Amino acid sequence: MMHIQEEHKERHVLSLTVANEAGILARIAGMFTARGYNIDSLTVADITDDHAISRITIVTSGPPKVIDQIIAQLDRLVPVHKVTDLTDNGPYVERELALVKVAGTGDDRIEALRIADVFRAKVVDTTIESFIFELTGPTEKIDTFVGLMRQLGLVEVGRTGVVGLIRGKEAV
Amino acid sequence: MAEKSGADILVECLMDLGVDVVFGYPGGAVLPIYDALYNHPKIKHVLVRHEQGATHMAEGYARSTGKPGVVLVTSGPGATNAVTGITDALMDSIPMVVITGQVATQLIGTDAFQEADTIGITRHCTKHNYLVKDPGKLANVIHEAFHIATTGRPGPVLVDIPKNVQVATAPYRRPAAIAHASYRPQIDADPVAIETAVEMLAAAERPIIYSGGGVINSGPEATRLLRELADITGAPVTSTLMGLGAFPASSPQWLGMLGMHGTYESNWAMNKADLILCVGARFDDRVTGRLDAFAPNSRKIHIDIDRSSINKTVEVDLALVADVASALSDIIALWNKRGHEKADLAEWWARIDGWRARRSLDYPENGAEIMPQRAIADLYSATKATGKDVIITTEVGQHQMWAAQHFGFDGPNKWLTSGGLGTMGYGFPAAIGAQMGNPDSLVICIAGDASIQMNIQEMGTASQYRLPVKIFILNNEYMGMVRQWQELTYESRYSNSYSDSLPDFVKLGEAYGWTGIRIEGPQELEAGIRQMIDTPGPVIVDCRVAKLSNCFPMIPSGAAHTDMLLDPSQVEGTLSDEAKALV
Repeated sequence: MMHIQEEHKERHVLSLTVANEAGILARIAGMFTARGYNIDSLTVADITDDHAISRITIVTSGPPKVIDQIIAQLDRLVPVHKVTDLTDNGPYVERELALVKVAGTGDDRIEALRIADVFRAKVVDTTIESFIFELTGPTEKIDTFVGLMRQLGLVEVGRTGVVGLIRGKEAV
Repeated sequence: MAEKSGADILVECLMDLGVDVVFGYPGGAVLPIYDALYNHPKIKHVLVRHEQGATHMAEGYARSTGKPGVVLVTSGPGATNAVTGITDALMDSIPMVVITGQVATQLIGTDAFQEADTIGITRHCTKHNYLVKDPGKLANVIHEAFHIATTGRPGPVLVDIPKNVQVATAPYRRPAAIAHASYRPQIDADPVAIETAVEMLAAAERPIIYSGGGVINSGPEATRLLRELADITGAPVTSTLMGLGAFPASSPQWLGMLGMHGTYESNWAMNKADLILCVGARFDDRVTGRLDAFAPNSRKIHIDIDRSSINKTVEVDLALVADVASALSDIIALWNKRGHEKADLAEWWARIDGWRARRSLDYPENGAEIMPQRAIADLYSATKATGKDVIITTEVGQHQMWAAQHFGFDGPNKWLTSGGLGTMGYGFPAAIGAQMGNPDSLVICIAGDASIQMNIQEMGTASQYRLPVKIFILNNEYMGMVRQWQELTYESRYSNSYSDSLPDFVKLGEAYGWTGIRIEGPQELEAGIRQMIDTPGPVIVDCRVAKLSNCFPMIPSGAAHTDMLLDPSQVEGTLSDEAKALV
């Protein structure tokens, strides 16, 4: 009998600058699937005045050797300018934005609003029986908030995925 | 400025880039380009019989000349038929530019006739690809495509050109030198790493140089420097399948190929070495065998121009991300500057000689049938005796490994084989491409009876262009390597590995206007080979060899270098599920 073994994984946030051209996202996403790497989240938007460069932030997980290989594989794609492993490059800030819809009445509704206040979530839509909260923060904060709302009438969640920058005055 | 059509701009670019031959097949979506090539005075077009053939011809041309191979095919099936050859070029780092026609831009996405998502399909089997929607951008893209295909780690680049872009016009100006914003291959190694490498080499007691196809890709200077490094260090040299010829097989420092079908001495030397200098190779699974038992007591230095090759499978102690020629030149210069002498490796060589004494490439002969190894050895000596420049291509299987073991290569670019992808059907078109690039060379495709049939339609191409290529088939009526694995792993249950209904290769040759020769027994071997070499035009040789020969030595999948099988008596006939699951 043969069984397939799983390896220990660690989470890394990678920040890429890439040429803003057709197919770049498919190129990167396809490289991950072709080589069997994980994408936990991926965000992309162009970041320069002339729309020539996009920043892609990828949250991935894998054994350290695989993370190293992912970075090398990304780096050799022709339209990729630079790959930085934020997790391995000193302190950095990571944020994602979530919209969280919660429906309920009575005590549950009041408790949801109270917790939202604690998490500094904004109410961006409301009816008599529902709220949509807007929340930004690191992934764990959003996970925690969504976990609490699950007990108070969570309907659905939309999340952007992570963006991140290194702390201090330098660019990556 | 006068405007030119996209098709004319493309042809102009090919001229600027020094392209003299294009391998292709016309179709609806490339008709404007074919019209621009009509009776072209400088660019010769080789009309293939199947687009896969065009890609392997371009590979054979590229690998034997050092220049990029160029392919021109139509949209849809033209492009999809080219995918195997493109992937082959990616795996073996062959510089190739593939031009595909595409349906007109306004038809893209409508499931138009002969439309395929060529860019999507080839995104991960090219080094890079482009869809050009504006004839004004075509010249830059073509020049950039050649730049990317031929620099850094070489590879295939595809340019998809919609039919209306071929017809529409734009001003043409020859692009300036490419200064790419994000693609900048690292050519020179870190000087600190060079110092460390020299110190490690000087301190080694049991060094070995493990060289690969990267040495050949780097160019003739890299080959020269590899020989110089071997000379000044006195280290033994082994090579991957792709690297054969970079170091002369006639040198006393040559150990033969390593890996699954490598020699006893090369694999044992890798296992017992205290320092491995890997030059332009990538620790492929065919080379390493079982990873946790691979070269356990050695420190490793890895020279590779592709950073993703470093630590991909085997962790190394020192990485030099650089072009092979540049890194070797820096190492040799520093070695000489520091006044290092050749170390006393007598004890190490004595051990190597002990392994050599096992004579792992020997094979039994009974005089009644031709042993395939004997056929290769005789082919080698007969071609060598001609004094001609000899280029050997192979298909994939037992014959390929026997050729690698028993044909000696003393120079680079003379051995063309599909290593990474293992593409049956590669060798014969590659021979046609090599002959196009080397009209005066003796080009021989060593083939098996099964793999030759995968692109046998290209016999017509060789006839049409009067190319005197030779096909030498080791005919054992089996997909020999499949049969061998079934014998070793599946208790000789030969599931679908018998080549039933083989054609009469001699008559087939004659049908295409070739010369056909059949060699039936040992007494006919020498004369048959002689006749093949002496016949001026294309020749197909059906050489009947022992049907059940196995290729030894062999490291079974999942085994360590030290678990090498040398002869059939060591074969058990079964493998564990873990080993079966490995390729």
